[in-house]
Amino acid sequence: MTDQSYNFAYLDEQTKRMIRRAILKGLAVPGYQVPFASREMPMPYGWGTGGVQVSAAVLTPDDTFKVIDQGADDTTNAVSIRKFFEKTASVATTTHTGEADVIQTRHRIPEEPLTEDQILVYQVPIPEPLRFLEPRETETRKMHALEEYGLMHVRLYEDIARHGHIATAYAYPVRVEGRYVMDPSPIPKFDNPKLESPAIQLFGAGREQRIYALPPYSKVVSLDFEDHPFDPSKAPHPCALCGADDSYLDEIITDDRGGRMFVCSDTDYCTARRDAGHLGEQAQ
Amino acid sequence: MSDQAQMLEGGFGDPARASAMAFRAAMNAMARPGLVETLRGANPPAPLSIAAGTLLLTLCDPDTPLYLAGATDCEAVRNWVRFHTGAPLVGPVTCVFALGTWDALTPIDQYPFGTAEYPDRSTTLIVEAAELHAAGATLSGPGIADTAQLNLPETAAFQANAARFPLGCDFFFTCGERLAALPRSTKVA
Repeated sequence: MTDQSYNFAYLDEQTKRMIRRAILKGLAVPGYQVPFASREMPMPYGWGTGGVQVSAAVLTPDDTFKVIDQGADDTTNAVSIRKFFEKTASVATTTHTGEADVIQTRHRIPEEPLTEDQILVYQVPIPEPLRFLEPRETETRKMHALEEYGLMHVRLYEDIARHGHIATAYAYPVRVEGRYVMDPSPIPKFDNPKLESPAIQLFGAGREQRIYALPPYSKVVSLDFEDHPFDPSKAPHPCALCGADDSYLDEIITDDRGGRMFVCSDTDYCTARRDAGHLGEQAQ
Repeated sequence: MSDQAQMLEGGFGDPARASAMAFRAAMNAMARPGLVETLRGANPPAPLSIAAGTLLLTLCDPDTPLYLAGATDCEAVRNWVRFHTGAPLVGPVTCVFALGTWDALTPIDQYPFGTAEYPDRSTTLIVEAAELHAAGATLSGPGIADTAQLNLPETAAFQANAARFPLGCDFFFTCGERLAALPRSTKVA
């Protein structure tokens, strides 16, 4: 039941039109950050206000909605955003990746491959990949206009000079369709290969007031060097609960004597595997 | 029906839900160039198609200057657009959206095509087509797995537009209740 004090999906229609126009321009220029007039949302900046506004603009009454926070469906952020849209848009919700039409995510891409009928909405804290190299927006905008991305390669090179390898493990910069360098939001670099997807991917940064997008099958290349190729690495363990050796793992400290276990960060993937009878070392 | 009654009719019955459904179709079309989607909800006065009218109600408001080209620039359409969207009616040089047949809209280099720093500040053209089907020019680029096809009114103008990438205009094609799109990122052969 929709709470009648709200418009469908919370935002007013003029705001949704403004966001929708930004999404269309974002899809037309893949990887380019489109400015939009981000609204105050009933949650603090940093809790997914950009993703929530994009979701509000794309949700239809027939959709099934899923929210994940670092892969998990049952964390505070995910639960509250799911409840927000249950209340304001009365959409159906799910925790199963395969059943969702729209998936809002904080910092992960689901393990289960997405399909053409799905839309993935990312919550983005800092959309500008060059921001920590050049704090001025006027300058970074010029750098994107001139394709002046040498500084980003210097940053990766400094990683190699200092650590012997590219130490950037999340928010690993990518180049979209040979043109714009884009921050894929702080997903682990393990997820970068999944950015080339049949699904529509939309990125919303609320505090920074930017929307950008990847149309299906867009070419997305993680920046690297010939002698230091991109390596989407992860912890070298199988999941302790479901035994998966192909999923991204979280390290969980189990006691104060150095005990630890590695489990899938994607809770839906892990649960589905255990239901199918796959068991890891520490499964009960 | 009197002119006034016609002006008031034809909007969305349930604006929030109808525009959400319409935008999903429009976004799918823009994300997958060449894909023909169904778009309905509005019932605009002639000569506008249902898809074009629905697109106007979904995307236009007082923030988006609109250029009505050729036969679409008639009393009935002007009144309907003003009443339902509030979009200012302007010429091609300052418009955010432009609407008309291909012959009425050309040449396309008269429209804003964005700046190097803000390529999003470009016109989206809504082209009313007599036919719309997935055959004809071959499309490739973002949103297309391999290649797609769409009957375009010509190819040279779209090739020149794509050559300007990341600058350029974006296009919707409408025909009856059918809609397809061609963003600037698509290569036309």
